[in-house]
Parts: sequence; C-alpha cells; structure tokens
Amino acid sequence: MAIKTNKKIIGSLEVLKEKARELEKELENKIIISVCSGTGCKALSSENLFSALKKEIEKRNKRDTKKIILKKNGCHGYCERGPIIVIQPQGVCYLGVVEKDIPEIVEKTLNGEIITSLLYYDGEGNTIKNESEIPFYKYQQRIILSNNSKIDPESIEDYIRVRGYQALAKALKEMTSDEVLNEVKKSNLRGRGGGGFPAGIKWETTKNTPADQKYVVVNADEGDPGAYMDRAVLEGNPHSVLEGLIIGAYAIGASKGYIYVRQEYPQAVKNIETAIEQAREYGFLGKNIFGSGFDFDVMVHRGAGAFVSGESSALMAAIEGNVGEPRLKYIRTAVSGLWGKPTNLNNVETWANVPYIIKNGAEWFTSIGTKKSPGTKIFSLVGKVNNTGLVEVPMGISIRDIIFKIGGGIKGGKKFKAVQTGGPSGGVIPGNLIDLPVDFNELDKAGSMMGSGGMIVMDESDCMVNVAHYFLNFLADESCGKCVPCREGLRQMLYIYERIMGGKGKEEDLKLLAELSIMMKGASMCALGATAPNIVLTTLKYFREEYEAHIYYNICPAKVCKPLVNYVIEKEKCAGCGSCAKVCPVNAIEGELKKPYKINTDICIKCGSCIEACPSKYNAIVKKTGIAEKVKAKKKEVKDGLEAT
Amino acid sequence: MNKKTNTDEKKVNIVIDGEKVQIEEGSTLMQAAKKLGIHIPSLCYHEKIKPHGACRLCIVEIEKKGRSKIVASCAFPVEEGLIVHTESPKVEQIKKNLVELYMALFPFNPEIKSLAKKYGLVSTRYKKEYNYCILCGLCVRYCEEVKKNNAVGFIGRGINKRVAFIPESAYFKKCKDCMECMDICPTGVFPSNYGIERIPQISES
Repeated sequence: MAIKTNKKIIGSLEVLKEKARELEKELENKIIISVCSGTGCKALSSENLFSALKKEIEKRNKRDTKKIILKKNGCHGYCERGPIIVIQPQGVCYLGVVEKDIPEIVEKTLNGEIITSLLYYDGEGNTIKNESEIPFYKYQQRIILSNNSKIDPESIEDYIRVRGYQALAKALKEMTSDEVLNEVKKSNLRGRGGGGFPAGIKWETTKNTPADQKYVVVNADEGDPGAYMDRAVLEGNPHSVLEGLIIGAYAIGASKGYIYVRQEYPQAVKNIETAIEQAREYGFLGKNIFGSGFDFDVMVHRGAGAFVSGESSALMAAIEGNVGEPRLKYIRTAVSGLWGKPTNLNNVETWANVPYIIKNGAEWFTSIGTKKSPGTKIFSLVGKVNNTGLVEVPMGISIRDIIFKIGGGIKGGKKFKAVQTGGPSGGVIPGNLIDLPVDFNELDKAGSMMGSGGMIVMDESDCMVNVAHYFLNFLADESCGKCVPCREGLRQMLYIYERIMGGKGKEEDLKLLAELSIMMKGASMCALGATAPNIVLTTLKYFREEYEAHIYYNICPAKVCKPLVNYVIEKEKCAGCGSCAKVCPVNAIEGELKKPYKINTDICIKCGSCIEACPSKYNAIVKKTGIAEKVKAKKKEVKDGLEAT
Repeated sequence: MNKKTNTDEKKVNIVIDGEKVQIEEGSTLMQAAKKLGIHIPSLCYHEKIKPHGACRLCIVEIEKKGRSKIVASCAFPVEEGLIVHTESPKVEQIKKNLVELYMALFPFNPEIKSLAKKYGLVSTRYKKEYNYCILCGLCVRYCEEVKKNNAVGFIGRGINKRVAFIPESAYFKKCKDCMECMDICPTGVFPSNYGIERIPQISES
C-alpha cells in the first residue's frame, strides 16, 4: 500500500511543474466537450446530457472520436441559461442544451462546425460564439471561478494541469511561515464570509497564541436564501479551497483542519472528500508535505443544517459535537476555539483566494478592486433579473453594472426597485443608490452589508414590508433562541409586521420597530441578533412611505399583502367567457356567459388563479389595493405628507 | 500596586462607575461589581454554574482603548485598566427597551418589577404573551452542571425553542427527590408547567 501511494507523491515544485506540462501535452490536438454538472445544471438534467454524449461518442467510429475528451465541470455560473456545454479549445459555448441536440453537437464538433441555434443570442440578430464574449461573462473578472469551466472537480490531474498546488509548493519550499503570513497581510484579503475582517490579522492572532495544537477551519455553512457561491466553489474547484487551507495552516502552524460543510450540499461534500483523498495520494496532505517537514491533515464535518452554525463559535460547538449555538465570545475563537485551542476560521471563498495571492503576490491582489477592499467577490445574482447566476466582479464595481451590464436588466422590462444584499443579515439598497460601489465599507455605510454575497434583485412588484417580513421570519426560525433580545425581539417584530401587513398597523408601530432594532443591535449575544434588524432599518429608511401607506391608508403599493388587496373584474374589459369562474377554487366568481362576471370579495381567497385564467386578449382582472376609488387620491396624500417632512 | 505577590492569582485594577476595585484575574465584571456593592440585575446568572449570557439584563458599557462596547457583565472577564459603566445612557436606553420586552413575556419577576419601576414603565406596548418561561436555562444548566442529571434540556430553535424533560431520563427516579430546579427558576413556575407541582397563583397587579 505504502509503495503504491508513494509512486504518486510529488516532492518538489519542479516535479509539479513538469507534471503540469506533461498533462497539458496530453490535451494537445484534442477536443474537450465539457458539460456543466453544477447543482443548477444538474437540476436541468445535465447528467442525462452527459450520458447521452457518452453513448453518442461510443456509437461512432473510434478513429473519429478518439480525439474527443468528455468532461464534467463544476458550476459555470450562468445558471439562468443552463445546461451549459463548452467545447474547448475553441471555447464554443452552447446554452440551454437539450438531449436531442446531442447527436448534432457531436457530429458538428467532429467536423469543426458550430451550431448557431444553441449559441448565445443577443436579441438583435447577433449570436456570440465564445463564453468569454457573452455579456454575462464579459464584464466579470473571474479569478476564483476561472477554472470552474476548465477542470473536472473530481480530478486532481486537471487541477495540477491549471498550475494547481504550485502555490503550495512555493509557500512550503521557498517561503517561511512568516513570509506567507506577511504576504497575506500585505494583500489585505478581507474575510469573504460577511464580516470583512482582515484574514491576515486573524491568522496572526492564531499564530501568536501559544498552544500545542492549532486548527484551521473552512466555513462552508452557507445558509442565506438565494446564495450559493460557496457551493459552486466547493463543487467546482475543491482543490483550490484545499490548497488555500494547507497554505494557511502552514502560515499559522496548525496541523489539523476541518471543513464544515452543510449536509444539504451532497455534491460539495462528495467532491471535497474526493479532493482530500487525492491530495493525500499526491502527498499534498499528510506527513512531511513537499519534504518540508510540515504535517497537516483535514477532516470533513457535515453540518446538520442550522443557519446559525455559520457563526464562528456556534460552528465550533457543532464540530465538537455540541448543539450549534453561539457562546459568549469575549475570548475570540482565534485564541480559544475548537476544544479551547486557537482556531482560525475562514470562509470558502477567502481560502480559495489564498493560492492566487501566494502565486501572484500581494501587489497583484491589491491592484484588483478598491484600496480598502481588494480582490474580487463572487455574488449570487438572483431575483427579478434577466441573467441569474454566479457573478465574480472586482470590488468597487457599481450595483448598476452588476444588475444591468452583467445581469442584463430587470425581468419583463419592469422598474428596478431595490437590491437586497448580504442575506438575512443584510439590508436593502434602494434604486436611487444604484451607482453605489460594492465593497465592504460602502455597503455598511448604506446600512446593508456584503454578507457572503447574496444579491436579490427586486422590482416594483415587490412589497418591501413583505420582504422584510420574509427575512425576519427566516431569522426567527433560524436563530438559536438563546438570548432574549434576539428571540423575543424577532417574535415581537413578526407580530408588528403581521399587523401592518394585515392592515391593522398602528401609528406607534414604526417607532416600536426602530426601538426594537436599536435594542437588538446593542444587546444581542451574537451577530445574528445584532444584524437581524438591518432589513427593518434599511426598509424603514428607504421605503418608509410604503410602511405609511400600509398603516395609514391600508394600501399595499406593490399589491402583495393579501389582506390589503382585492381582485376586481373590470366590466368594460370582461367579455364574459367564464374562464375565471371555472378555475376559482372557492366559487367566488359569478355571472352569466357573455356578460361581465363579478368576484364576490367576501369569499375570494386571493389565490390569483383567475388572473392567470383570464385570456390575455381581455386582461380583465386586476388587483386593487385599498378602497378602490380613493386609492389614487390617498396615494398622493402619502407622498405629499412625506415631502412635507 | 505592582508588587509581586506570592499568590498564583494576579490582580487587576478596574474602574466601575467611577470606583476603583482590585480583583483576581479571571473574575467577571459582575463579580467585581459585587465586591463594590454595585447591584447588576440578571435573571440567568447563578454562582454555581457557568455564565450563559441569555437574559442580557446584566449588560454594561466598557471602555477600552478609547472604544466603547456593550457586553454581558456576567461573563466578560476583567482586564487591567478597564472602565465600566453600569448605567451609561446607552445601557439605560437598551435596558429600558429590554425590560419592556420582558414585561410582555414575564412581568412578575421582582427584578423585572423593580427595573420597570426604575424606568417608569407601567405597561408594555408589545404583544403580551406570558409563557412562564424566559429560557434563562438555569434549570437546564443546574441539572447538568451541579446535579449531573441531565434530566431537562432545550428543544427546538429560534422562537420555537423551549425547555422540556428528556424522555427516559432520571425523571421518575431522581427528579422527585431533587426538585431543585423549582427553587432556581426566576419565574417560579418551572417545572410546574409539566404538572409536577402546583401552579403558583399569579396576579397581574
């Protein structure tokens, strides 16, 4: 066994470079067809595409197909248009591929032709062949995600081919642990998990705390609704995280690492476990790595799906086998973490940045992004935007560029209203701040936060009161429930929101919300409680008139809050076809054929089926809010009232 | 003051509400305040068990290197040169709100009553939902740390969290002889909720 594994062990940077060159040669004169196997594309049955491709290639003459290499990739990021197939070396990118396209793809690829109908279409008669030319990718600066479309996450050879583990070899063979630490400190890499704490300073604290055992931990407990950056990195390029972790462990002097990944990410768990196994075979993990005398090994810990376990002390409690609850953190986890030992915890993306910093130097890193927030950041762009997906951009890019240049604007040509950043702990940024540069400090100033990188785009049909209620509800469920300000504060906030959304809001409610927010910010035990009011405070700050419309006039301007909305059939438009009456689940619609129908608002449960059933040529059913006739007059009043203050 | 002492424990100097106090390293702010005779209210603190920091009534403001911070005094360790304010405007504002929140949860505790009086709170604006348990965790931690029985624990999470007896635990064998969690409960109700003893008569006056 020992002899067998020894064969693979790579002992020096030169051997590693040689191996990379060798592997590169293997691909000369080959055609690589790679199928995206990220969770997003998998949901669109990219697995079937892969097996269909395999069958199709096997069916053909071996002499033709021997130059084809079929590969599975991690997430490419353009999830809106999946499943994605990329053909290298030409870089042809096929979007939204279905199974019946497969024979044609193989056929045309062998002949060196391109299927135009599967290419990106810009809506103005032009198709774009290359992945990098598509606007969604063109305006991004991909570093962490750059290799996702080139490598098979389950193959360490692929990672070595793209110069993987060379940073590790460089750190271990050519640099002292202090030099590595200083490089990271100089790069001013800030924690990508949300807080933005400088990683180098955190590392230094752990390094300088005397202890017989130190730990490094990867935080992959990504739980924000609508965010999946860490999943994509762990699934698509697990070795980059591992390499960063080993380098960090070397700098800090830790001999043991943990990767805390949520159970709900089975593919990520599988890929990182495979990566660890392979890294051990190649001698990148274990004893005497690269002959440097440095020992290090990693274990994967699967989380049991609690959002709060992403908090550092809760995460460590969970690894220790306790309930994942934050503890009183007056001694930092960098000093006393896992089993009371100094423990350095960083987010997946933070670790993945480390190999690039070591390879290219701190100066290169600080040349990207802004001075105070260097580097790139991956955002998961979701919501009412045309191109949803994963976006990696340099810090300091404006929200406008992300949403309109990369995201392709708002769905259905509607008006952009706000973007929610930072997950449940973040806040909303309104449309008038669209030119805000995105970095740690600017987002904080606007009352939101970077968070782990969720970006939920909202249009005019989203009710801000309802959005705030949604996130509070999430937090009320996901809080650990330990301290009173967070638990009871959230409970009372939910009561207040339910009141407002139900049209029973009181004048004092807004004051109560603000007071509760200040109390929670000051008195909560951990960051979950302290940041929970962000969504309340930012919506109150930027969309106060919506709250006032709900409370004073029983109007939900976006027509979302059910108790404040009524469905009405417009007499002039209704042709009396009866489609709506047929679908109504509670028989609230009455009328005679060929005569205008009527909705009985006492029975109506406001499910919206009738709107969908009404033929688009009539569009006779509309949502109305407030007392129908007085809506407009009162809306104006609200506005005037605001302008006066 | 910096004379070497023969004892193992180092002493540190801190200032609480303008009064200087010297106390052993490793003590908490609450212990230091107690030495000075300053009462810091709390519901989840007990001398015999480790601090939990859940009630947040013991919050104080500390000053360190020109920065101020709100911390729970039951757990925050003393540090040389720390300046502590137990009743700074910031603390008082937060506490007033917190007490109002408690009044919607369990207004009958003497500590809450006296605090409410202090802040001039007669009623609460929050939705009243007396559930006789504020999840201070005293019963759970006392059973675990002092009695080593582990007969009672937390279940659930977030706003659904509650205290429950652990099935097949020592309940029938040991609890009937112990019942010490009853005396420790700041609301005086546990474990009456579970039908073990009488439910105390509580009136809102």
